[in-house]
Amino acid sequence: MRRTLGVLTLSLTALPAFRLSAQGVDRTKPPTLQPPPALKLPTVQTTMLPNGLSLAVVEMHKVPVVDVQLLVDAGAARDPATAPGLATFTATMLQQGAGARGPLEVADEAAFLGAQLNTAASFDGASASIHVPKRRLEAALALLADVVLRPSFADSEIARQRELRAAQLVQQRDEPVAVANVAFPAIVYGREHPYGHPLNGTDSATARLARERVVEFYRSYYRPNGARLLIVGDVTLAEARRLAAARFDGWERGDVPAFPSPPAPPSATTRTVYLIDKPGAAQSVVRIGHVGPARTTPDWFALEVLNTIVGGAFTSRLNQNLRETHGYTYGAFSQFAPRRLTGAFVALASVVTAKTDSSLIEFLKELRRIRDEAVPPPELAKAKAYLTLGLPGDFETTGGAAGRFRELLAFGLPLDYYDHYVDRINAITAADVQRVARQYIDPDHFDIVVVGDKTQIEAGIKALNEGPIVYRDLWGQEIR
Amino acid sequence: MPRFATAAAVVLGLLSARPPVHLSAQSLRVPYQTFRLPNGLQVVVHEDHSVPVVAVNMWYHVGSSDEKPGRTGFAHLFEHIMFMGSQHVPTGDFDRLLEAAGADNNGSTTEDRTNYYEDGPANALPLMLYLDADRMGFLLPEITANKVDLQRGVVQNERRQSYENRPYGLAEENILERLYPASHPYHWPVIGSMADLQAATLDDVRRFFQTYYTPNNATLAIAGDITPRDARQFVERYFGDIARGPAVTRTPPPRVQLTGAVGAVLEDRVQLPRVYDAWHTVKAFSVDDATLDVLANVLAGGRSSRLYRRLVYELQIATDVVAFQDGGRIDGKFEVYATARPGHDLGELQRVIDEELRKLADQGPTPREVERAQNTVEAQFLSRMERVGGFGGKADQLNYYNYFVGTPDYFQKDLERYARVTPAAVQRTLQTYLTGAHRVVLSVVPQGKPELAVKEGATP
Repeated sequence: MRRTLGVLTLSLTALPAFRLSAQGVDRTKPPTLQPPPALKLPTVQTTMLPNGLSLAVVEMHKVPVVDVQLLVDAGAARDPATAPGLATFTATMLQQGAGARGPLEVADEAAFLGAQLNTAASFDGASASIHVPKRRLEAALALLADVVLRPSFADSEIARQRELRAAQLVQQRDEPVAVANVAFPAIVYGREHPYGHPLNGTDSATARLARERVVEFYRSYYRPNGARLLIVGDVTLAEARRLAAARFDGWERGDVPAFPSPPAPPSATTRTVYLIDKPGAAQSVVRIGHVGPARTTPDWFALEVLNTIVGGAFTSRLNQNLRETHGYTYGAFSQFAPRRLTGAFVALASVVTAKTDSSLIEFLKELRRIRDEAVPPPELAKAKAYLTLGLPGDFETTGGAAGRFRELLAFGLPLDYYDHYVDRINAITAADVQRVARQYIDPDHFDIVVVGDKTQIEAGIKALNEGPIVYRDLWGQEIR
Repeated sequence: MPRFATAAAVVLGLLSARPPVHLSAQSLRVPYQTFRLPNGLQVVVHEDHSVPVVAVNMWYHVGSSDEKPGRTGFAHLFEHIMFMGSQHVPTGDFDRLLEAAGADNNGSTTEDRTNYYEDGPANALPLMLYLDADRMGFLLPEITANKVDLQRGVVQNERRQSYENRPYGLAEENILERLYPASHPYHWPVIGSMADLQAATLDDVRRFFQTYYTPNNATLAIAGDITPRDARQFVERYFGDIARGPAVTRTPPPRVQLTGAVGAVLEDRVQLPRVYDAWHTVKAFSVDDATLDVLANVLAGGRSSRLYRRLVYELQIATDVVAFQDGGRIDGKFEVYATARPGHDLGELQRVIDEELRKLADQGPTPREVERAQNTVEAQFLSRMERVGGFGGKADQLNYYNYFVGTPDYFQKDLERYARVTPAAVQRTLQTYLTGAHRVVLSVVPQGKPELAVKEGATP
C-alpha cells in the first residue's frame, strides 16, 4: 500500500547517511563470516484422541495459514499381489465423492475454501492433506474428515477413475523419466518385494479395479489407530485438539494388519545393464543403484553426509563431473530413498545420447572412488555445513516444517530428532563416510537402468564391458 | 527455466513449468526500505526475523526478448556463464563457498528478466553480496571460450531434457513462432534453438555483459533476519565501486494481432494427441490481466472447472485440460490445452472447448465460480508470504513488483486486482479476447497420424 516516494523518504531518515569507501574493499578473499545464528526450530507437541488417533501440532504464527497432514498406514506396500496400484487408487478415490458431496462438489468446496486438498499414497503410507488460510481451517477440516472417514466409493466414480488411470498409464509410457522411475524399482526390488510393483499399477490390474477391492482395502487400513494427524501453522495445541476431536473422534478403530515384512533378500546379481529402448530419444535416462538400508538405520546420518558428497547438492561429485566438467547432462544426482523396509541407493541423470557410454564411465568412476579414497577434510566439512547450517531454512514454511516432522512420524523416529541432528552430523568422520560408502554403495552389484535409443547407445555400452546387457520393456519387465 | 533442478524434484516429478499459486486478507504487507547507489544499483531491504535466514535476490533487467536474431537462447546461456567464476572467485568457488556456509543458490531466465538468488543462514549475507558483486563487476577477465563451450553443452542438455525428450515439449516454441511475427521479441522460446546456442561466441558474451549486466540495469532485494543498516553497509562495500554502464534503451515492438485462424500440426513421439489453442491477450498488470487469470481458473482450474467437467469427467474424452493467462512485460497470451484419451481425436476436443467458450461468452460465469477463483488466488498470495527466498519468495516478489509496476510492496494492490473481478468482467474479457477466429490451433499428434489433428478451417 505504500508509495515509493514515501518509502524513499523514510529510508533516508531511517538510515544514516554514511557511506563506506568501496575502494578500500579487499576482494582477494571471501569475507570472514560471523558465527552462524543459533539453531531455533519450531517444536512439536503431541496428544492422543480417545479413538487412538495421535495428534502432533507445530505452532507457527507468522502467516495465517495452516498445513494439515493425515498420515494413514495404507501404502502401496500393502497392495495385494493381484492388485498392484490399489493403494494409490484408493487414495485417489477418497476425493471422488465423500459425505454429502459428489465428486465435483468435493473439488469445488476445496477450491472455494482456497484449500489445496491432496490424497495420495507412497509405498510406505497414504496421506490426505490440506493447506488452507487459517480462517477457513474449520471448514477445511470438515472436508478433510469427510474425505477420509466418509468416502462414497460410488461404482460410477470407480469406473470413471479406472478409465482415467488407464489413459494415464498410456501417457506414462511416453515419458522416458516416468518409464525409468517405474522400471528401476521393479528391477532393483524384484517381483516378490512389497516395493517391487508399479505404484500406479499395470494395465491389466487397472482394468480389474472394482469397488469391492477398494472398499476392502479402505476398511482394512484406513483406521485411526496407526494413523497420525499433523497440524502445522497458525493454531495452538488446544485449538488444534478441539478442532481435530470434533471431526475425527467418530473414526472407528480397527485391527490394522501388520506391515508386510520384506522377503529374504535375493542373492545379489552381478552388475547388469538393463536397456529399455526409446527410439529417437535425444537423451538417455540413467538410473544406477541397488537396494539399501531402511530409513531407521543408525547409519542414516553418515549416509546423509555421504550422499551430500556424492550427489545430494550442486557441488557434489556426480554433478561436478558429469555436468560441470564434461557437460554431458543438465544435472547428475544421487539419493538414498527413505523407506520403512528396504531402502535404495540411486544415482541418476539424463545424458545426451551420444555420450551415454562416457557418462556411465564417469558415474562408475565416482561411485568407486568414494569407496576407495578417504574424503578430503574440506569436502567433508562443506557437506556437513551444508546439511547443518541449511537446516533452519527447511522449517521456514508450514509446508516445509510439515514435511520434516512428517518424516519423523512416518518412520517412527523420535520427535526430538532435529534437536540432536546437528551434533550427529557433525560427529561424522571421513572414516565413517568411507565405511558407509563401502557398506551401502556396491558397484559390483549395481543395476544400471538406461532408457534410451538402443540403436545409438548399445554398441558403446557393450564396449564398456561393465556387465551383461539385458533388454527390458517399458515396465522394466522381461521382454516376452 | 532454472539453472538446475534437484534430484528429489527430478525423481518425484515435482518440476512444473508454472509458478505456484496462493492468497489472504489480513497481512499482505511487506514493509521495505529502498536506496540507490551512485552507480544506479537499486536496493530493496525487507526485515523478517521469524527465521534466522537471509535471501539475496538480484534481478537483471534483461531476458530472451533482448536477444538478436541468430542468437536465441543467449540470455539464458549467459545466466549459466554467470556461475563460472569471476576475477576474484575461481571457477567452482561460487557454489562451493555458498554450500560451505549452508546456503543454496540458483538462477532463472524468462522473456523479460534474469534473476539470481542466494538463500542461507543470516550470517552468510556478506559472502552472498561479495560473490554477487564480483560477477557483476569482474566477470569478463575470467570468461574463456572453454567455459562458454562447457555451459553451452549443459544448456543444450537442458533443452534436450526439458523440451526435446519430453512429450509435447516442443509445442510451446511452435505456438510462439505462429503467434508472433519473426520481428517480435516473443517469437522465440527462452531456451532458444540448438543452432543459435551453437553459434554463440565469446564476443557475444562480452557485448551482452557490457550492455546489460550493469548496476544501473539491476535491482537487488534482500529479505530476512538482517537489519537495513547492515544490509546497506555490505551492499555499499561490495557494489559501491562497480562502474555504471550505458543506459539500456528499448523500443517497444508494435502491437501484433492475428488476422485469422492459424492451424498447425506437429508430429511427436507420443501416443495421445494434444490440442493447444493460443490467443493474444494483454501484458502483465494491464487492465484485463487479472480477469483473464480468473477466466483461466473458471475454465480449467481444478476438477470443478468447466472444461474439466465436460472433457475429463462427463464425456471422458480427455485425460487433462489446462488454461492460463501468461502476461509478460511486452505482451500476453492465453492458452488452453487438452490431451485426448485413446480412441479420440482432437477435433472432438476442440468442438467441446469451443462449445464451452461460447456458453461462457453468452452467459458469463456464476458469482460462485468467480468467488471460488478469488479465494484460490487469495490463498496463494498468503502462502507466498511464508518464505523470504527462492523463486517466488518475498525477495523475488519484491523485485518482480518493482520491475513490473515500480512498487516493491505491491502485494495487497495485486490481490485487490483479483478482488475487483466480476462475473460480467470475465464474460466481457472472454468476448474481447477469446472469440473470433484469430488464434493459433496447434495439434500435437503421434508420428504418422496427422488424421487425429483438428481439421484445417475449423472455426469456433
